[in-house]
Amino acid sequence: MSRARPFSLCRLMKGLMLRHMPAMITCREFEDFILDYLEGQLPSRQRRVFEFHLKICRECRDYLAAYRRTAEIGKAAFDEPSAPVPDDVPEDLVKAILDARRG
Amino acid sequence: MHGGHGDSDRELIDGLRAGSERHAEQLVRTHAGWMRSLARRILRDDALADDCVQEAFLKAFRNIERFEGRSSLKTWLHRITVNEALMKLRSLKRLDERPIDDLLPEFDANACRIEAPWTRLATTEEIVERESTRALVVSKIGELPDSYRIILQLRDIEELTTSEVAEMLGISEANVKVRLHRARSALKKILEPLLRGEAP
Repeated sequence: MSRARPFSLCRLMKGLMLRHMPAMITCREFEDFILDYLEGQLPSRQRRVFEFHLKICRECRDYLAAYRRTAEIGKAAFDEPSAPVPDDVPEDLVKAILDARRG
Repeated sequence: MHGGHGDSDRELIDGLRAGSERHAEQLVRTHAGWMRSLARRILRDDALADDCVQEAFLKAFRNIERFEGRSSLKTWLHRITVNEALMKLRSLKRLDERPIDDLLPEFDANACRIEAPWTRLATTEEIVERESTRALVVSKIGELPDSYRIILQLRDIEELTTSEVAEMLGISEANVKVRLHRARSALKKILEPLLRGEAP
């Protein structure tokens, strides 16, 4: 993805609004609340502020959707039945463990 | 992960406490498969993982008297295996602590997020149903520095709680949360071409 830093009057106005209007948080502050929000640990007032930011900020909405999908995919990739889960334990490992147990 | 133990666990535990060879073998044959997978996920080395499983079983045999039965035998073995794997990583002094600053979210001077619009976001099914993309995700998780990868694996994949992970790693819960969030953010960035449907 492009790493160029976009500048526009819209972004400047958005930044000013998020920083200075009551009950608003900046995208950077939003970032700090993501984990607690997803784990249901945000106090109700902070949750409302977080969700309001989500409504008005396209970037954070897109980001959070991709972030959640990433976490789901990470887990699902290991949960898939086709993932390498060797039920057949090699006999030499079983023997080595039992031999070591006997000392 | 959690849950009480049933009759089969009870019988197995009684047998192990009595020093029964048959029950020891039953324990190994029942649990070694998933323990090996778990150790491989953490250590990313098959031979080390087998060593880890062997040491985990020996620890379980030695400590079976102390198993209080507040969790299932599987949960107890899971914890022992994770601890052994973490000890092995530490003892090898090969913990990869690379910074991941380049993979973290970007903000402009106004504290506004820089995020290209997402016109498409692949579904979980689309990605994990194909062996090639599923394997790519597993491999990309493996590319994260250990100090982030391990926390992502323990929290998101092994489903341990924040306090369990903090205790196992000897760090604060706040630190676990910060690292988990950074690990997910970094993984999102690494997987972006796949998530946007741009990668094959």
